[in-house]
Amino acid sequence: MNKAYTEKYVELENVDMSFTTKKGTFNALDNINLKIKEGEFIAIIGHSGCGKSTVLNLIAGLLKPTEGLLLCAGREIAGPGPERAVVFQNHSLLPWLTCHENVYLAVERVFGGGSSNESKAQLNARTHSALDLVGLSHAADKRPNEISGGMKQRVGIARALAMEPKVLLLDEPFGALDALTRANLQDELMKIMAKSGCTAVMVTHDVDEAVLLADRVVMMTNGPSADIGEILKVELPRPRDRLALSENADYNHLRSEVLRFLYERHARKTA
Amino acid sequence: MTSIKAATAVINHSQTAIHTKKLNRWGLKIYHFLKWLLPPLFGLLMLLAVWTALSELSPNLPNPLKTWHAALVLFSDPFYDLGPNDKGVGWNILASLERVGLGFGLAAFVGVPLGFIIGRFEIIARMCAPIISLLRPVSPLAWLPIGLLVFKAADPAAIWVIFISAVWPMIINTAVGVSKVPQDYMNVAKVLNLSEWKIMTKILFPYVLPYMMTGVRLSIGVSWLVIVAAEMLTGGVGIGFWVWDEWNNLNVEHIIIAIFIVGIVGLLLEFALTQIAKRFSYE
Repeated sequence: MNKAYTEKYVELENVDMSFTTKKGTFNALDNINLKIKEGEFIAIIGHSGCGKSTVLNLIAGLLKPTEGLLLCAGREIAGPGPERAVVFQNHSLLPWLTCHENVYLAVERVFGGGSSNESKAQLNARTHSALDLVGLSHAADKRPNEISGGMKQRVGIARALAMEPKVLLLDEPFGALDALTRANLQDELMKIMAKSGCTAVMVTHDVDEAVLLADRVVMMTNGPSADIGEILKVELPRPRDRLALSENADYNHLRSEVLRFLYERHARKTA
Repeated sequence: MTSIKAATAVINHSQTAIHTKKLNRWGLKIYHFLKWLLPPLFGLLMLLAVWTALSELSPNLPNPLKTWHAALVLFSDPFYDLGPNDKGVGWNILASLERVGLGFGLAAFVGVPLGFIIGRFEIIARMCAPIISLLRPVSPLAWLPIGLLVFKAADPAAIWVIFISAVWPMIINTAVGVSKVPQDYMNVAKVLNLSEWKIMTKILFPYVLPYMMTGVRLSIGVSWLVIVAAEMLTGGVGIGFWVWDEWNNLNVEHIIIAIFIVGIVGLLLEFALTQIAKRFSYE
C-alpha cells in the first residue's frame, strides 16, 4: 500500500449528485468533500432524505456522481466492486439460498477465481469462519425466512466481511431492529472492526450509534442540495463500553453536540 | 386412602375430559369436511338438474342417465383400434395430449429463454414489444392455414397452432418476472460483481420461477382449449376430431362425454402443474 493513501484512503472531491425525475432535476448533494483515513470508522448522520444513503451508494459505486470525483486507494471508483462491500439496510439476503450459500456466493466470487483461485474446501472454510465471526455457525443451513431479523443482518455483515473488503459500507444496518438486538449487534460490530481493522462508512440516524461506533461523525445538512455541515471527532478510547460511556462526560458532550446540530441548527422544517 | 381415591377420581375425570375432547375434535372435523364438500356437490347437482330439464325440453339432447350409460360402454373399451377413423376414445385423448405436449414443450423451450432475454435487456424488450402486441391478440386458429402451408401436413400444423398460442403467456410472464426482480437483489449482484451466468442461476431464475410457472399454467390451459378446435379442422386422431366425427354420426351422448373429458383432462393438467409449481417455490 502506498503510504500517501493512508491519510485519504477514500476521497470525495467536489461531488455533486442530481437525479432526473418526472418533475425535473432534483439536486440531492451539493459539493461534498470528504477524506477518510485507512482504518477509520465514519458515521454519516442526518435527517431522512438528506442524501446520506446517496453518499454511501456513490462510494459503493452503485451510483455515479453528476460532478466531481470519488477515489478509493488512489483509484477512481468506476463501479461496484467487492473491495467495497455493502451491508444493506434490509439485509438483502437471497431467500432461496441458505445462510451458508448466501455467504458462499460472495466468497466464491472474490476468492474462487482469478489470482487467488482457492479450492472448494478453502471457500467453505472462509464461509464457515465468516458465519462463526457473527456467531451464526448453528444457523448455516437455515434460510433467511427461518431466522430472526437480527440474525439476517448478521448474515449480511458476515457476507460483507467474508469478502475481506478494504472498505465496509453500512447503510443503516440496524435501523429495522429492536433496541436490544441493535445494541448487541453494535457491540459485536465494534469487536469485529477492531479485529479486522478495515475502513468503515456507516449511514445512520441514531445519534448514540454514531457516537458510540465512529471515529468521526459526519453531520449532513438537510436536502435538497445537502452538504456536510460539520464533522465531529470522537476521541474516545477504544474498546468502548456503552455502560461506562453513558456516564462519561466527553461522550455525553459529543452526543449533545450531534443532537444540537440535528435539532437546533438543522431541524427539519417539515417532519 | 381417601387421597388415593381422590387421585383416581381426578385421573378418571381427566380421561373422560380427554375423551369428550377427542369426540368434539372428530365432530369438528366432520363438520368442516361437510362444510367443504357440500357447496360444490350442490353446484354439481344443480348442473345435473338444469341438464335434465333442458333434455326434457329438447328431445335431441340426451339426459344425464343416458349419457352415463353411453359413457360406461365407451370406457369399457377405450383402446380399441379399427383403422385410422375408428379408434377408442383413449387413443384420441392420448393423441391430443401428445400434440399439446409437443407444441407446449416447444413453446416453453422458446418462450422461457426469450422471456428472460426480454426481461433482462431493455433494448430487446423494446424491440420485441410491437411484435408481441401485434401478434398476441390473433386467434390461434388464424395461424392454422400458415401452418398447413409451411408444413404441408395436418399434424405439424396442429402442433404449430398449439405452439403459437402457448408461447405468449410464457414469454410475457417470464419477462414480467425478470423485470420485477427487486433492485436490492440486483445491487447485491453488482456489489458482489457476479457474472451474468451467476446472476441468471442464483438470482433471476429462482426469483422468476413462480412467474414462469404462472405462464406455464396459463399456456397449458390455452393449449388444451385450442387443441379441440384445431383438431376439428385438421382431422386425424384426437379428441377434437372425435367430437366432430361423433357430430357427423349424430351421437350426441359422445359429444357431451367429450366435453367432460376435455374439462377433466384440463383440470388434471392444471392440477399437476400447480403441484409442480409448489414444489419449486422457495417460500
